Amino acid sequence: MADLDTFRRETRAWLEANCPPEMRRPMTSDEDTFWGGRNAKFSSEPQRIWFERMRDKGWTVPHWPTEYGGGGLDGEEAKIVRQEMAAIGARAPITSFGISMLGPALLKYGTEAQKREHLPKITAGLIRWCQGYSEPNAGSDLASLQTRAESDGDDYIINGQKIWTSYANYADWIFCLVRTDPAAKKHDGISFILFDMTSKGVSTKPILLISGRSPFCETFFDNVRVPKANVVGTVNRGWDVAKYLLQHERAMISGMGERGGSRPLGQVAADSIGSDAQGRLDDALLRADIATFDVDEAALAAAAERMVDLAKAGQGHPAFSSAMKYYGTELNKRRHELLMSSGGIDALEWESERSHEGARPRAWLRTKANSIEGGTSEVMLGIVAKRILDLPGA
Amino acid sequence: MPLLLTEEQSMLRDSARGLISDHAPVAHLRKLRDSRDETGFSRELWATFAEMGFAGLLVPEEHGGSGLGAVEAGVVMEEIGRTLMPSPFLATSVLSAAALTRAGSAAQKSEHLPKIASGKLLAALALDEGAKHRPLHTSLQAVRSGNGFRLNGAKAMVVDGHVADLLLVVARSAGAPGERNGLTLFLVDPKAKGVAIERTIMVDAHNAARISFDNVEVTADHVLGEVDGGAAVLGGVLDLGRGAVASEMVGLSEEVFGRTVAYLKERKQFGKAIGEFQALQHRAAHLYIEIEITRAAVLKALQALDSDPAGATAAVAVAKARAGATATRAVQEGVQMHGGMGMTDQFDIGFFMKRARVCEELLGDANYHAAQLAAMRGY
Ligand SMILES: Cc1cc2nc3c(=O)[nH]c(=O)nc-3n(C[C@H](O)[C@H](O)[C@H](O)COP(=O)(O)OP(=O)(O)OC[C@H]3O[C@@H](n4cnc5c(N)ncnc54)[C@H](O)[C@@H]3O)c2cc1C
Ligand SMILES: Cc1cc2nc3c(=O)[nH]c(=O)nc-3n(C[C@H](O)[C@H](O)[C@H](O)COP(=O)(O)OP(=O)(O)OC[C@H]3O[C@@H](n4cnc5c(N)ncnc54)[C@H](O)[C@@H]3O)c2cc1C
Repeated sequence: MADLDTFRRETRAWLEANCPPEMRRPMTSDEDTFWGGRNAKFSSEPQRIWFERMRDKGWTVPHWPTEYGGGGLDGEEAKIVRQEMAAIGARAPITSFGISMLGPALLKYGTEAQKREHLPKITAGLIRWCQGYSEPNAGSDLASLQTRAESDGDDYIINGQKIWTSYANYADWIFCLVRTDPAAKKHDGISFILFDMTSKGVSTKPILLISGRSPFCETFFDNVRVPKANVVGTVNRGWDVAKYLLQHERAMISGMGERGGSRPLGQVAADSIGSDAQGRLDDALLRADIATFDVDEAALAAAAERMVDLAKAGQGHPAFSSAMKYYGTELNKRRHELLMSSGGIDALEWESERSHEGARPRAWLRTKANSIEGGTSEVMLGIVAKRILDLPGA
Repeated sequence: MPLLLTEEQSMLRDSARGLISDHAPVAHLRKLRDSRDETGFSRELWATFAEMGFAGLLVPEEHGGSGLGAVEAGVVMEEIGRTLMPSPFLATSVLSAAALTRAGSAAQKSEHLPKIASGKLLAALALDEGAKHRPLHTSLQAVRSGNGFRLNGAKAMVVDGHVADLLLVVARSAGAPGERNGLTLFLVDPKAKGVAIERTIMVDAHNAARISFDNVEVTADHVLGEVDGGAAVLGGVLDLGRGAVASEMVGLSEEVFGRTVAYLKERKQFGKAIGEFQALQHRAAHLYIEIEITRAAVLKALQALDSDPAGATAAVAVAKARAGATATRAVQEGVQMHGGMGMTDQFDIGFFMKRARVCEELLGDANYHAAQLAAMRGY
């Protein structure tokens, strides 16, 4: 306990000394996120300084082992780093599918050689990853995916199409689900494989979203040659790896609803709508909706904390991340509906400097994907019904 | 601190659960209701509660209690919620014990607390006057008279008021209804001249009373805490009570939910278990998630009440608001998914619905607490 107190004090002091003030403000645009990768660009000097200091400390991923560039912290210490970062509103130094998705799967299923090859480049932000799961005919029913990998000596030859591949056009590598045994039952013939996006035969085509941005792509594979050594886990058992990774993805997406350091919603609303003589938001029904939202948001934060503690105590349920994903994403959609309502007419502007190029409505529209990406809300409820409640036929 | 029960707290839960499920299943409440029992709870069982250290759970050890905290009180309340056991625990062991411990003089504490811990004294907090919980709107008057006070007014819902040996009465000694300043707590003998008690038979077959005070004389010795300064003590005591009622609602919600899921697996229509219909699966899954999130919020509040009572108010508002909304959903889905069976008195599920409605009103409903949170956050 005393050690943890010391650790907290030291962490606080280190962050205080090393986190530039600009990196403690809420993010306002996509530019504020640093993704890493071969073509990475820092949008500002403080962003570079902050990333490099955190990288050198091992704190891009505080709880990964130091030999892979992590901080080697245990669960309690990592929680303290998160808490202390949140306390000063520190931004994540890097956002990366390598950290939030691939890394945990590699740590569990990867060979030592695979870990040494890929993890240090993830913690150092050198390689940017994308996720090749969904296909035009395999969305919620992911296991019906058709992208084929055919054996050719020490390699596979991959053919097929992925869709909704976030940032495929910027990614350096892809972790991909492919069918290695077309004769087996649908869950039993899938493998989890890694390859370079510059490989011959890989091409991407951006898709425009309702938010007016193109964060994802159609991704095509035309006779792409990939060494068999790049399969993670056992051949034809890729579904296990895929599901394990999804648990982490869902935990990450459910956390996107957390407010972090930004101002309470009710105050944001009061800024534009005004308050009555008692200091109450001058829209009684909106105030009630925001208050109910605040209750649920605080409760969800407690549940997220408890989920981590349960997992640490070995009492967690592996499907619980689906429960959190469902609730967290639905809550985040509520938040943005309330933000739009709070902004009223001012929140409708789409193109202007004043509106940060329509940051608020674009963010609102983007949240609608939260309950689709990483598995839809309906799929999450189905998983809870089946795996936790054990309802028949679910 | 991890958001989990400690080993000791889990042991406490197991022993409370054992006792309560053995001696006070829902059938126990049903029997008390059907026989129109005069006390509305079992004195024998309360004696056992005392022997096991539950009656004096919050009473400091030097006064014969166990000296435990909010989390432990919540653990017991949750078990009470599972079987809807009518019990003096909330009024006597939580609200009254806490008020006496926090505000009592040395004499008041040594007179009453040991008796609470030994199960010999039942106490009740007389607070609410109107249709809704509005502590600061207290208008029951305390006017100085001689070296004491005279009380005039009426209380609308005093939990256990019909059996209490001691009433803790919240009165207005100064200021106007709605003001924080000017509240005083009094210890009143329910047999005192001018006190009239009417037992109210409530929808949930639990126990409460309407009590009127007509020129009731109390001496200065019977003031609990500071004259005019009652709001501060009351705030902390009510927060503790809210955490306790929220725990009861978590237990109640989980029990209704467990029974409902079991029914979904057992009841067959259209040639299959109704639990196979996705329309019901998704609603059940949603309800499960609501309950788990509420459980975390309630434990968070209870831990805050133990570690930082003054800073716990927001967490308590969140917990009580969530618990109310969740329990309301749980009992509605419970009845609905039981179809016609859910509507029968013979089936227990309706008892849960009735108790949830009462718990929702006790110490502030979901709207009250959400509005409190909004005020705390400055909008
Ligand atoms: C912004 C965004 C980013 C994404 N990024 C990636 C990525 O990087 N990599 C990747 O591989 N994929 C990505 N996806 C794809 C995402 O995982 C899929 O969109 C998702 O799994 C749903 O599949 P679908 O779009 O085919 O919808 P469908 O499966 O066709 O679903 C349509 C509707 O039917 C419902 N439905 C489907 N099955 C059932 C059922 N059994 N019971 C009840 N309802 C059902 C769904 O809930 C949904 O409401 C992304 C998606 C979005 C929106
Ligand atoms: C007050 C009252 C008065 C009544 N009066 C009469 C009367 O005068 N005459 C008479 O004949 N009957 C009467 N009924 C019976 C009433 O019509 C039935 O209760 C009703 O049809 C539901 O059937 P059940 O109770 O068997 O529930 P179940 O069919 O067992 O349903 C249980 C739950 O499962 C759900 N469910 C069932 N099938 C599906 C499905 N395929 N998909 C999704 N969900 C499903 C139901 O919606 C319900 O929530 C009365 C009932 C009540 C409560």
